[in-house]
This record gives sequence, C-alpha cells and structure tokens, in this order.
Amino acid sequence: MRISLSELCGYRSGDKGNLVNIALFAYSEDVYELIKRVVTAERVAEHFAPLVRGEVTRYEAKNLLALNFVLRDALGGGGPSTLRADNLGKTFGCTLVRLEIEAPDDLVAASRRSHPDTGWARSYLASLPQS
Amino acid sequence: MSNKVLRIAGGQGFYGDTPSSIAGLLEDGIDYLCLEALAELTLAILQKDRARDESRGYTRDLPVYLKTAMPAVAAGRVKVITNAGGMNPAAAARVAAETARDLGITGLRIATVLGDDLFGRLDELHAATASKLKHLDTGAEFHSAQGDPRFFAAYLGARPIVEALDAGADIVITGRVADAALFLAPLIHEFGWAWDDWDRLAAGALVGHLLECSGQTAGGNFSGDWSSIPEPWSLPYPIAEVDADGTAIITKPVKSGGRVDFDTVRHQLLYEVADPSSYMNPDVVADFTTAQFEDLSEDRVRITGVRGKPATPTYKAVLAHHSGWSGEARAGFAWPYALEKAEATAAIFARRVSDAGYEVAEWRFEYWGVDALGGAVPMPESAGAAEPREVGLRVAWRCDDEKTAASISREMVPLMLSAPPAGHTTMGRAASGSTELLEIWPTLVEKSFVDPGVTVTIQEV
Repeated sequence: MRISLSELCGYRSGDKGNLVNIALFAYSEDVYELIKRVVTAERVAEHFAPLVRGEVTRYEAKNLLALNFVLRDALGGGGPSTLRADNLGKTFGCTLVRLEIEAPDDLVAASRRSHPDTGWARSYLASLPQS
Repeated sequence: MSNKVLRIAGGQGFYGDTPSSIAGLLEDGIDYLCLEALAELTLAILQKDRARDESRGYTRDLPVYLKTAMPAVAAGRVKVITNAGGMNPAAAARVAAETARDLGITGLRIATVLGDDLFGRLDELHAATASKLKHLDTGAEFHSAQGDPRFFAAYLGARPIVEALDAGADIVITGRVADAALFLAPLIHEFGWAWDDWDRLAAGALVGHLLECSGQTAGGNFSGDWSSIPEPWSLPYPIAEVDADGTAIITKPVKSGGRVDFDTVRHQLLYEVADPSSYMNPDVVADFTTAQFEDLSEDRVRITGVRGKPATPTYKAVLAHHSGWSGEARAGFAWPYALEKAEATAAIFARRVSDAGYEVAEWRFEYWGVDALGGAVPMPESAGAAEPREVGLRVAWRCDDEKTAASISREMVPLMLSAPPAGHTTMGRAASGSTELLEIWPTLVEKSFVDPGVTVTIQEV
C-alpha cells in the first residue's frame, strides 16, 4: 500500500550554514531495510526540489536504524541570511515525512506509529481564563 | 587508570535556553557543568552586540547561570566550562568575576581562552596561504565583493580547555570552540587520555554531542512518542556518567520529568551531523556508526564501542559576511477566499513598494494559519476541505540598504482600509525596523596558523 513516511518513521532536522541534515528513524529492522531500499538520495532530492537547490547525499547508520540526508544550498542562504520563517530548517524533517512510499500491507500493520495524544494539553488549556 | 565515574551535564543548549534547569542538575550531583551557548546564528547576534558596545559580545545571561552554579563551584563540588564568551571572552570573564564579587565568593580561578577570533588575521591568512579561502561545502573561493566580512572565528578544540583545567581553573570561559570540546575536555583532564587515543577521544566527542543541545536528549524536539513525555513543562537536561575507558551512560536527574532512552538518544546523535561515520571534531574524527547502545531502562542508556580516527590538520572556521538588510510585515485574511485575498494583497503591497521607488533584491511570501480569525465558529458544509479558514500573510524582503529595508513595512499599513476585505494588518505584531543579514561562510584553516594565537589566562577572584 501507499503510505507516507510520517506513519512509519521518526525524524529530526537541523542546519549548518546553508546546509540542512535530516535524520530519518525506523522503529524496526524491517522498516529500516525498506526505507534503505526506497528512500534514496535521488528520491529525496526530487521531493525537496521546490525548497532545495543543491545536491542531496545520503548516509546510513544501521546501529541507529537511521538514514541521514544532507541537503545542500537548502535554506535560502543560511540561518542569519535567509528570508524564510523557518530560518534554521527545523521543520525539514516534517517536510521529508510527507513523502509517500510503497510498503507491504503486513509491514504497515505491524509498524504503523500511534497518533499523538494531547488530551492533557487540551484539558490544561481549557482550565485557563481565556478571552 | 582510575575507575572513577565522571558525571558531566549539559546545562545549556543555546543562547536563550532556560537557566532554571541547572538547579536540578546541581542537586543531582555533577562534576562538570558545561554550558553551550553558541550557534552560528548566535555569533552573528553577538558580533552585532559587540559592534554597538565594545564591552559586549558575550551571551548576557551568563551571570544568571553563574549565580546558580557559583556556590557549588566555590564549595569545590563542580566546575563550569562554557563558550558563553562568544565574540568577547575577556568581557565575559570580567562579568564572571563581578558575579563572584556580588555573591561574596572569593578564591575562584577563572580561565579565559582566546585565539578563536581570526577576524583581525584575515589579511595575514590570505598572505600565509597564498590563495583565497575555500568554502567548506562548495569549494568556491571567497571574494570580498560577496559582502564585507563581519566576523571570522575558528572552532577550537579541547586542548586550551584541558590546559586551563590542568592549571586548576574552576570556571573556563571560551569563545568559539567545537560544541563537543566543552564536554570532551574534562574527560581528557580527569582521565589523562592521550591526544592520540582516538577511540576514547571519539567516545568523549560522542558524549559531548549528546549533551550539547540540552533538552534535545531528554525528550525535547523529539519526533518519537512525543506526546507521552512525562512532565514536558519541566524537561530536565542530560547527564553523562563516563568511565575512564570511555563507556558512557546517558541519563538525567532522578527527580525530574522528561525521558532518556535509545530513541531520544539516537534523535540527538544525528542532529546537525553530516556523515555519521566521520563526525568532524578538532581533536578526533568520531565514527558514530560504531557505537552500541543498551537501553538500561529507568532513563539510562549505556554507550560502548565508539571508534575514532585521527584528527585532521585543520580547524573548521566560520566567516560571516554582510548579505543585505531585511524587513518583514504580516497581515491576516479570513474565509471566504482567504488565500486569494492574501495573494492579492501580497501583489498590491509589492507593487506599491515598487511604485514608491524602493529597490528590493529578493522577496519572500508565506501563507500561514489555523484559527486566529473566526475561532471555533463552524464553517459551512459547502466549504471544501481545501478552502483555508484563514491565511496569515508574511512578507519578507532583502534590500541593499538599511533605510529602504526599514521603510517598506510602512506600505502594508494603509492596506487595512485599501486592499481586499478584512485584512487584519500586522497579525498582532507591529512590523518595523530592519535586520542585517549575514551569510555564514564555512571554511577550513590550518591548525598551525591558529594555534600560536591561542592563549589561556587564569585570574583568581
């Protein structure tokens, strides 16, 4: 089935100058092998084409069940120079996991991540005096 | 080698972090409190501070941290290492000395590390290398026509910090050093690791990388099961318990919220890293892919097996050069046709700016929004899911001169009455003024050029 990486993987992104790196984390060896096969540097470069001008390099870290992508010329000049609201590339991980891949149904059934439960936040906010 | 275990804490992750977290670390019992205050962006901020006032240029919240930590330092329980000196470590050391006096504390040895600031040596460097500096990522040569350099600083390693600790420093204040060096240095000092003991140095650099971003190792900025992190409103900062052989346990204060497990640790391990098999540090090249992790539960993760490779003969350095002036303005638009209204207003605004004779080198148009306008009042069923309830328009621009960049936002204000309907100009934030843009330009500089200029001075207060 077709599924977005957000349903299967964790992520974190950060900046160095005009370069952004995005770590993509699997939660099982099977998912790691799947993303290693299908989430290639070329695929990620194509996905980010509207945002990133430079090349994409991919590194593997099997011990972390992670892939690490380095995106060049990615921030419109880098933190203190870009006009973008996200001047430090903090949301690039979220943008990566919009990517949809083909995954076996049984793997998805076993690996789909739970949705966040922010009931505690809603009830706390509801307890505050608000206008 | 001793079989003692050293407890090192990451009490700060950036300039703007909360000093409140270090009380919990000190209470839990730590040997070293390391405060990492500098990002690339921070140096740009501090450079501007120093340009306005020669006595500034360090992170101004340093005294707040020191007021909390100094009693424990004076009692001999903990030492503090920080790069809060930023663009002006000597001024930061003066402030530290003043803080000690204010608290009535005497007998402290405060070390200052200088020599990272290469701004005054740019011409000398060009002469020495007989060629232009090369961009670390692109290989392009630096030309001053790209913009006037504003600062140029090398990422020093652990050596000057170790020198300070060996000389008995209680507090070490540096400028730009590699973040991990703040944490690696006390391990080298305490365990006597050799400068070519690559595996141990790599283990120390890895520990440093895990501690340098404070809450990010204990459940902050965590994409895993983030909504179930305990007490996220008082996230603790991380502690490493390190053995002489480099084995480390990453943990957090016992009485605290947050979480430390393999997932939170691996999230941080790759943060702002390029090739994980070659984490470049001034003192070692660490191979993070060799590390083995054991989740010991109860917020403890053991890390073993880290391998290292020899350090390179160069330091990374960042040059920042002027790249123009920016300004921004905002306006909000409600359904129906929120996006169309926002786009039309963006065009009207940009056209008015052009007609007023302002030169804009680059524009940025962004469209934001969830429920600022209209709140929870229901939408009609006929409104498709694709129709946004509202759109916040953010426009930013880059100009060659400061005055133009500052003047442009004024052109948004009249549009409250004279543009597409129900524009709520400024979205609650009056936009004005301008910001100098600085492009960060990373490069490599020979250690043999930098090291002769590195000094460690110790003053007793």
